[in-house]
Amino acid sequence: MTTKQASPWGTALRQGITAGAIAVLLALMGMVETFNEKDIIEGVLSLGLLLVVAILVVFGSVTAGAQADARVAVRLAASALTGATTELFLIGLVILGQQVNLRPIFPNASPQLWELLQFGLTQPQSYFAMLGFGAIGGLLGAGLTLLSRRFRGPVIVGVIAVVMIGLLEDLIGITIASNPIFATSPLVETFNEFFLAQGIESGLSKRGAVVVFLVASVLAYSWPLLRSRARSRTQAMPPRRRHGLALAIYGVFVAVLLLLPNVLGPYLTDVSNSVMIFTLMALGLNIVVGFAGLLDLGYVAFFAIGAYSMGILTTTAVGDSSGQIVWGPGFSFWGALPFAVFFSLMAGVLLGIPVLRMRGDYLAIVTLGFGEIVRILALSDALKPFTGGSQGIVEPGLPTLGQVTASLNSQELYYYLLLACVGLVIFIAIRLRDSRQGRSWMAVREDEDVAQAMGVQLVSAKLLAFASGAAMAGLAGAVFASKVGSIYPHSFDLLKSINVLAIVIVGGMGSIPGVILGSLALFGLPELLREFSEYRYFVFGAVLVAMMLTRPEGLLPSAKRKQELHETLAPDGEPPPEIVAAPGGAGSA
Amino acid sequence: MRRFFERYDLVDVIMWLIAATIIIAAVLGSVKTIQSGKYSAATWVDLGLSGLTQGSIYALIALGYTMVYGVLRMINFAHSEVFMGGAFIGYFAATGLSTSGFMNENPVLGLIIVFLVAALTSVVIAVMLERVAYRPLRWAPRLVPLITAIGASLFLQYMFRGLFGSQIRSYPPMPRLEGAIELPGGAEMEYVQLLVIVAAALMMLVLYLFVQRTRAGRALRAVSEDKEVAALMGIDVDATIVRTFVIGGAFAGMAGVLYALIYRQITFFMGFIPGIKAFTAAVLGGIGNIPGAMLGGLTLGVTESVGTILFLDGYGVPAPYQLKDGIAFIVLVLILILRPSGILGERLAKTKA
Repeated sequence: MTTKQASPWGTALRQGITAGAIAVLLALMGMVETFNEKDIIEGVLSLGLLLVVAILVVFGSVTAGAQADARVAVRLAASALTGATTELFLIGLVILGQQVNLRPIFPNASPQLWELLQFGLTQPQSYFAMLGFGAIGGLLGAGLTLLSRRFRGPVIVGVIAVVMIGLLEDLIGITIASNPIFATSPLVETFNEFFLAQGIESGLSKRGAVVVFLVASVLAYSWPLLRSRARSRTQAMPPRRRHGLALAIYGVFVAVLLLLPNVLGPYLTDVSNSVMIFTLMALGLNIVVGFAGLLDLGYVAFFAIGAYSMGILTTTAVGDSSGQIVWGPGFSFWGALPFAVFFSLMAGVLLGIPVLRMRGDYLAIVTLGFGEIVRILALSDALKPFTGGSQGIVEPGLPTLGQVTASLNSQELYYYLLLACVGLVIFIAIRLRDSRQGRSWMAVREDEDVAQAMGVQLVSAKLLAFASGAAMAGLAGAVFASKVGSIYPHSFDLLKSINVLAIVIVGGMGSIPGVILGSLALFGLPELLREFSEYRYFVFGAVLVAMMLTRPEGLLPSAKRKQELHETLAPDGEPPPEIVAAPGGAGSA
Repeated sequence: MRRFFERYDLVDVIMWLIAATIIIAAVLGSVKTIQSGKYSAATWVDLGLSGLTQGSIYALIALGYTMVYGVLRMINFAHSEVFMGGAFIGYFAATGLSTSGFMNENPVLGLIIVFLVAALTSVVIAVMLERVAYRPLRWAPRLVPLITAIGASLFLQYMFRGLFGSQIRSYPPMPRLEGAIELPGGAEMEYVQLLVIVAAALMMLVLYLFVQRTRAGRALRAVSEDKEVAALMGIDVDATIVRTFVIGGAFAGMAGVLYALIYRQITFFMGFIPGIKAFTAAVLGGIGNIPGAMLGGLTLGVTESVGTILFLDGYGVPAPYQLKDGIAFIVLVLILILRPSGILGERLAKTKA
């Protein structure tokens, strides 16, 4: 197959059409308008504007990047054309929207949206402004590709830092203001005035944005140098001192984690608690999907079983009247916790047995069915006396520990409890990964038949993976039940399974640091940006597809998994020879 | 004891025990329900008819799953969204035609237009999906396209939600489709049900003839047999795969309208349950097998509708219909344990499943 070098203008138009379609889609979905309410940089850049700019820059840089051999002027002009074409679509949308009332079909097609897309200008000028804006956006993208690699990374890091801090500005402001240690300090006041937007405005101040950008870029620029210097210095140390240094770093890290609730305040501590619950689940699913390569779409079932076990065993709302369940031994939290974990573990084995012989697709759909069955049963009238049906279970037990816990508020209590759980589970996960069992899981993941031929016990390997994953989800569920204070079937829908799966995949299948990063990015961030929760799963879907197309190993991959995923991914889309040789081999179950 | 384990795998024994328990429970439940005499023959006929109607829709969606599985060996998880998309855009066509009065004047033509609009929408979604999400991953490890499909499904669902809002929308009443036929014995068959069953049967007949009798159909069968050899025989594999998505999409879109005609209401989330059921139906009939998907759909529809009452009511389970979706999943697990190749899937069992 010969690849014909497309003309730069053809590529530019094609990219522009794609970008234009995406821009129109996002505008009609109301994303531009909703995002516009949030300022990144006070009075200069809103998130909505940033969305449009991001589309222009990304597609502009793709256009320029595709013309690596062309002259610089051609590349720039092609990118400008891409940007202008994109805006042409938006102009078309605005004209159409002003002629026809689109609202009966598209509820978001409001006059405010047109005004926003036209930058508040009137008819003829605004079209030129939009085209010019598009061209500039495309040029910016081309400019990025012209930068040398050394500068491009730091610039991108700087922009990301400004966006992140700008997004979370109000939270940072509130957290500092409500903290008893910082609030009274005069230094904090000057810091606030300098960096953050004042009054009802949100986002960074202009000078704040510049400072954040510079600091982040310089750090990113000098990072490789700093790292190599630190590395050579530690390597020069005698092993004993190196060990001591590592211990000290870990010690500081743990101390920071322990002191964190005092800095974060109750709201952010609560969010961290939710993140940690998801981290627990994701660590468990990481064993099933990441280590053993078994795609489980009904993972939330084990979380539900843990939560319901905790609820039924500890609730005090037992009796015959409404809102109560008929049976409950009234254990303490600590008494019920081992049972909750055990029941989830057994459920993992129970689900594991019928699906032992299934692979890939079948496994996915059967586990999905299992997850739904658990939810349907919990919701049904048939089990209502035991699970409370749609009314759920209230008043589960609390993790009290005498004198130790009396001084903590409830967020802090769960923070330390969950921190201990996460630490324990990470420890278990690492030990499992490096054990003989872990190696046999990875063998199963790479090729079941070969693993079996090499003497791996498929039955025990798979059941152990399901069981340990399920036990971790059960632990998460039990703590979740106690933390939330009520257990409803609606907390255990498919979306939760998908959310956890997305965490594992985006973070990096099989990678423990990846899972932690994933739960911060895919659960923590959306929790903090609740005002955009409408678009949460839309973005998840897009991220999953994009991730699989471009970087299937995830953000922080484990070295081994990365290698595996790229082995069979031929770069040019041609089948690698081993697959041609054995077409049916990978697909038998 | 040891010899026993050497001869029979412990896993097999446990699986057979699970299957036997479920089947015995179902039979006992049925006997009890029938003995109780709570339901008249007419009720059973009604339930059976609604099961057949539902099953026809499952079968239409299942065809899309099964054909795509046949050529690509992957579950197109986003197929349920192809179905939803058809029903959604079909809604706008139906509402437009209703309010303009066209539907009242030309009910048959109006309905055909709605079907065509829905089918076209679904075809566009399905083909885009193949082009953007699946084609680049055709040679990737199996987990990768599967996750892509899940992502695409989520993306499409929430795209529709974002574009058209999250509220439940109701299809307008269709002239000529109101009312029911009285059957002897007191049972009733609604006109809508009749339309669904007849339309589904016709479509499946057309598909069967297409696959068996035409050149393109033969190419399709060759590609699902073996992509590489088919390519060597001069078949355009890419075009055949796109054609598969076109047919699957068109069927899903029309199934979407049929579904909406029965249940009247559509939301962005409506594809999920029918999608999973249809997949179950495809597995039930033998995945990759076109007549199997039809048979599986009908079997599942009837089992779900009649079986829920039949199996559970005898045990005095309150509100058994709530467990309807659970029954379908249990059927899926049973089939995968007892006969993973599905009802008609013998030939395919080794190489495909």
